Amino acid sequence: MALSQFQEWYAGRHEYQKNWKKRTNQKIVGYFCTYTPEEIYYAFEVLPVRILGSHELEDLTESHISPMFCPLCRDILAQGLSGKYDYLDGITFGQSCLHLQQAFTSWEIHQNPGWSHYLPMPNHVQSPRAIPFLKQEYGLLIKKLELLTGRTITDADLERGICIMNEVRQTMKQIYAFRKQENPPITGAQSMVMICSAFFTDAREWLPAAKQAIAELEARPLETGVFERDTGKRLLLVGSENDDMAFIEMVENLGETGAVGATIVVEEHCATTRYFWDETQEGTRDPLTAIAERYCARTPCPSKDWPKRRRMDKIVEFAREFKCDGALVIRQKFCDPHEADMPFVKKALEEAGIPTCFLEFDVVTPVGAFSIRVEEFLETLETEYDFFD
Amino acid sequence: MGKYPTEPLKCWKKAKELRNRFYQNYALAGEKGGLRWMGSAWAFDAVPSGLGDDVFCISGESYGAACAFDRPLSKKFLEAARNFGFSRDLCAHMRNYWGSLLADESAFGGKFVKPDFGWSQHICCSHAKWYQNAAQMKGEVPIFVVDVGVGAYPPFEPKMYPHRIKYVADQLLDGIEWLKTTTGREFDDERFINAAWNDLRSTHKWAQICMLNRAKPAPLDEKSLYSFYVFGTLQKSNSEFADFYDELYDEVKDRVDRGIAAVHNERFRVMSDIGSPWGFSDIYRHMAEQGVVSIGSLYTFGLEGMWLYDAQTHDLLPRPLPDSKPRTREECCTLLADWHLSKPMYQNFYHPDNKTKMMDAIARRWDTDGIVLHYNRGCRGLCMGIAETRLGLIERGHRVVAYEGNMGDENEFDQAATRKRMDIFMEGLGCKIN
Repeated sequence: MALSQFQEWYAGRHEYQKNWKKRTNQKIVGYFCTYTPEEIYYAFEVLPVRILGSHELEDLTESHISPMFCPLCRDILAQGLSGKYDYLDGITFGQSCLHLQQAFTSWEIHQNPGWSHYLPMPNHVQSPRAIPFLKQEYGLLIKKLELLTGRTITDADLERGICIMNEVRQTMKQIYAFRKQENPPITGAQSMVMICSAFFTDAREWLPAAKQAIAELEARPLETGVFERDTGKRLLLVGSENDDMAFIEMVENLGETGAVGATIVVEEHCATTRYFWDETQEGTRDPLTAIAERYCARTPCPSKDWPKRRRMDKIVEFAREFKCDGALVIRQKFCDPHEADMPFVKKALEEAGIPTCFLEFDVVTPVGAFSIRVEEFLETLETEYDFFD
Repeated sequence: MGKYPTEPLKCWKKAKELRNRFYQNYALAGEKGGLRWMGSAWAFDAVPSGLGDDVFCISGESYGAACAFDRPLSKKFLEAARNFGFSRDLCAHMRNYWGSLLADESAFGGKFVKPDFGWSQHICCSHAKWYQNAAQMKGEVPIFVVDVGVGAYPPFEPKMYPHRIKYVADQLLDGIEWLKTTTGREFDDERFINAAWNDLRSTHKWAQICMLNRAKPAPLDEKSLYSFYVFGTLQKSNSEFADFYDELYDEVKDRVDRGIAAVHNERFRVMSDIGSPWGFSDIYRHMAEQGVVSIGSLYTFGLEGMWLYDAQTHDLLPRPLPDSKPRTREECCTLLADWHLSKPMYQNFYHPDNKTKMMDAIARRWDTDGIVLHYNRGCRGLCMGIAETRLGLIERGHRVVAYEGNMGDENEFDQAATRKRMDIFMEGLGCKIN
């Protein structure tokens, strides 16, 4: 099954990346946030890989990042300080939150691979001034990448980068279309592994596997869904970055032991839809502007979602489109961009008739405690009739 | 008797009068047909001045600090914010502000005044969200926020790229049009240019005042600096405030000339990095009793004061005023953008090394014996990279003590433990603790 390939890539990201470098003799740059324009890296034949945490307890970052910053940034920095990414040729950060920025700067101080770039991604993305500014910043990035790679690029190279990334986005949206079905043939956990493996691999190698996965999902009988499991309650996962597989699997396995089961049918966070949902316009005369437009117009991180709240509409739209029964509103501890949005996210969902359950995440999730809370939440979604049936 | 003569500051009374008048102007603006706005202490406050002389503001951080100083009131406000659903590790000034708004109670008495508009800037994750949320909770207050997160200023970057200044300046120009539409008022460029010039004057002069603290004995301690730096946080473009800084400079210069000390028994000099927990500033009094003067911090010097770091001489020097005033709205926006982007505290947002270098320069040029770092749980922006700065300062040979606290939430400050920690630190400097 193609889906097992994604699990292999997800679990063996370092082996894959080291091997890729050996096979291709090309450079790899690690990035910390989805505001990194991967299109430009592909144009340079540089592999951009997202650095995520390992969800393991660590004791390396205490002296580098104050404990009031989010567990994700500490977990990410721990990956660097422990030397797991010593094969990278560079690191980059597209300005988003103060938390990840510190992981980037500490990594730069202590594990500098020799090339690093801070991209001042504009915060005022709703301003018409943001796009020309970002285009100029991309120009500076391109000059730095020329130094890293020793090559120059053309608009055709940029167009190629755009097409590669758009194909990944379109493919993931096809996968998400399956999740709209009454009995989705793919679970939230499988979908999450799939998109995360896209962060870790060369898109040109990920895409054939993804297309194979689509073919296999199309062949699955609609009435039985995955593993002939009961879909249970359909949940939206919304909030901070989350690739905590132990948590997602716990939620989706509750049906095996509890009265009510669940399937996560859609997410609104930066390890999934905020990363891939929006595409870059292809075939324009000015591909760099097209890329800048895409990153300014994409569903924003809350730190860039002002003065108008654009993200709320998307959240409610997802909840309706994927027919969600409830929403798990999650937040990395200390994640202030999301903390400032949380009451309004809850309000928007509840006004749309979607009950919510709030959970705060740390590096390691207390799966046992969370399972009780999620189970209780699921039971509140049941009608009395269903519950005693 | 100590080693040095000391005396109260003559301009203290005037400082209080100016502050009171400022707050009264805001409180009474509505009755007089004036306009009131909310926004950050780092907002380009010169711009709304173009709408008229009856336009007043209270910056969110200053207001939050005022709430925090009244601890029972602050507790009430923090709980109101918590009950609304805001996490208790968010910016403490912001939570005090929101709590005051939600409780509909002003820290200065009466109800929380609904501003006519919001005008702010954004560099940390919370700035724009602060006023976006306040606007929504108070009922559709229009807001405009200028993004200043465009990268560090030279020498922390090879150069200041023109497109970065243009991005900020263009937003200011857009903001002027927005202000006109939102308020229905005309915009007076001459008034704006004068206000912008006051901004430059006051932020330049404040840096010059802080330079005088290189003297031994120090003419001002950090507690006094807090009382005076606040004018920059309230409204740096205010002509009375700019004039007051001229007077303050003359008085502090006179104190230096006559050897007047802030702390009569000054034996050791320390510096800090950012503001202290506002309800517990007596820690400075305790330090002074042991003969330790805190000469200031990158925060008191550079939150509003304008400096440039000189990498060649490893010095922090007041940024010189431009030769002439701008002549047009466009020139003025470009000048303001360039001026503000060089703000020392902004540089910290891009790399901890920038702050470390500036703090090391202060420690050496102001001749300090130790450095106090506040792991401030109430402000992530100013605490960015603090752990790396601590390592960097130790590596450069400084004695460093760190304590954890919160500028605006007393629940997160252990006064007894902090005092003990400071005592051990001061003993390390050579003090005999009384």
